Amino acid sequence: MFMSSDVQRRTAMQERHVTQPHEAGHPIVLATEDLHVYYGSKEAIFEGDLQFAQNQITALIGPSGSGKSTYLRSLNRMNDRIATVKGRIMYRGVDINQPDIDVYEMRRRVGMVFQRPNPFAKSIYDNIAFALRLRGVTAKTKLDEIVETSLRQAALWEQVKDDLDKSALALSGGQAQRLCIARAIAVKPDILLLDEPASALDPVSTSQLEDTLLKLKQHYTIIIVTHNMQQAARISEYTAFFNQGRVLEYDTTSQIFTNPQVQVTSDYVSGNFG
Amino acid sequence: MTKSPEQLEHELKRRSKAAKLEIWGRVVSFTALIIIAAVVVAIIGFVASKGLATFTTNHVNLWSFLSGKDWNPSITDAHGKPEVGALSMIVGSFLITILSALVATPFAIGTAVFMNEISPGKGAKILQPVTELLVGIPSVVYGFIGLSVIVPFTRATFGGSGFGILSGTCVLFVMILPTVTSMSADALRAVPRYYREASLALGATQWQTIYKVVLRAATPGLMTAVVFGMARAFGEALAVQMVVGNAALMPHSLVDPAATLTSVLTTGIGNTVMGSLQNNALWSLALVLLVMSLVFNLIIRLIGRKGRLQ
Repeated sequence: MFMSSDVQRRTAMQERHVTQPHEAGHPIVLATEDLHVYYGSKEAIFEGDLQFAQNQITALIGPSGSGKSTYLRSLNRMNDRIATVKGRIMYRGVDINQPDIDVYEMRRRVGMVFQRPNPFAKSIYDNIAFALRLRGVTAKTKLDEIVETSLRQAALWEQVKDDLDKSALALSGGQAQRLCIARAIAVKPDILLLDEPASALDPVSTSQLEDTLLKLKQHYTIIIVTHNMQQAARISEYTAFFNQGRVLEYDTTSQIFTNPQVQVTSDYVSGNFG
Repeated sequence: MTKSPEQLEHELKRRSKAAKLEIWGRVVSFTALIIIAAVVVAIIGFVASKGLATFTTNHVNLWSFLSGKDWNPSITDAHGKPEVGALSMIVGSFLITILSALVATPFAIGTAVFMNEISPGKGAKILQPVTELLVGIPSVVYGFIGLSVIVPFTRATFGGSGFGILSGTCVLFVMILPTVTSMSADALRAVPRYYREASLALGATQWQTIYKVVLRAATPGLMTAVVFGMARAFGEALAVQMVVGNAALMPHSLVDPAATLTSVLTTGIGNTVMGSLQNNALWSLALVLLVMSLVFNLIIRLIGRKGRLQ
């Protein structure tokens, strides 16, 4: 009764607080149900029940080793040969974590961009045309068209349109990362997974990348792992907070950053740990 | 207590034990370097002086040595010139080297891909020791197996004596396979993991990733592996000598008896007198071998430099 407001708040805090976006009426394109990930006998993700809203950016935040990258990589089965993933990953109503799913076809729909810009040692043009050629697109006009639209969507076209034949390894870090985004969207995916895409970039490149992502949101559903909480606050609609392999809190980004319901989330977003 | 500048200077300029050890280490490594360099220079100098004597002392024309087809140093021809044409042996050496590299490369790269990409756990655990074992088998054993298994087999299949380039190629193929395999595996291992991830994340299958990304990125390393294998095949003497037939004739088919630079050297060197033309001519063959191994080394370095620039 005479407790200070801080203590009152603490006692009101919950262990876990998840508000899924379908409660706000958003259409859901991807959802995990009862997801567990094991490295050998070590469990890395204990329960990941998250839904991802269409044409929105969802940020996964949390301290290092909290399992957010492991979770993200499980979503398009990039962990297949590394870890054991149990549970359901529902993509538009289909469980893509079944053994008879064609992962190559699935990954065309669920694309991924990595922490470190990883262009191939090929020309800018060939980097983007790579996945298309693998899928049998050989017509030059068609390739030209897709290369241009992909580069435009990734906000890189103006800078490289005269250098398409030059090696992609000559690009700066920020340009290379946007090339990787262009390469990923060239196959017209539905969902784009980004694993700390800006962690190797300088502030200017980071802000350009964020602008690009905000524009891409019209066409794609974006899930981004980030260490940078300001970045999550700036670009995402939903934020999930991971800690020690568990999703402790999931809600709209404004809720997570202004009114977190879980003590650990509150500590993390206010910079008290992590 | 603060030290006076003189005291401090004395302490800083005094040769400590660590500094003395440092000098000692430099002396040891520099001496080793000098000795090794001296040995290499001495070998090259000796082989060159002996090998060039054919042309300086015995006045054999360099061009006729390289392009002549008849090898019979103890006999002089109609013009009174000795018959020391090395072309048939040079051709034999190159044929056997290139053929064995051609046969070995697909097997070696296939094995390396299996060990590194397809079954990095179990496959590598079994294949790694097997290839290492192949390296350890002495060349005389390879030659003996070739003599008692491959030669009769080619004789039965293609007729003739069974000795020749084909048998030599079969033996050398097995001999260079482990070298090319383990170096190819190293080249594949050096391809960064993120190339594979990038390709897989774009929806490429594993085979597409191997073929379009990993092998392309590893090409300079794979070429180095093949050239290393060729260098080994070019220099191999004993096993080849046992199955190639040792007839210094221009090979007209793969199953005719032939000779290589190394096989003529090993068979001939004990039967000649130092300083005679016959002996000098053999040294000239050794010089050709040495120059060729330098060329192989140069190619390997060029490939390596090109690979770094990419």
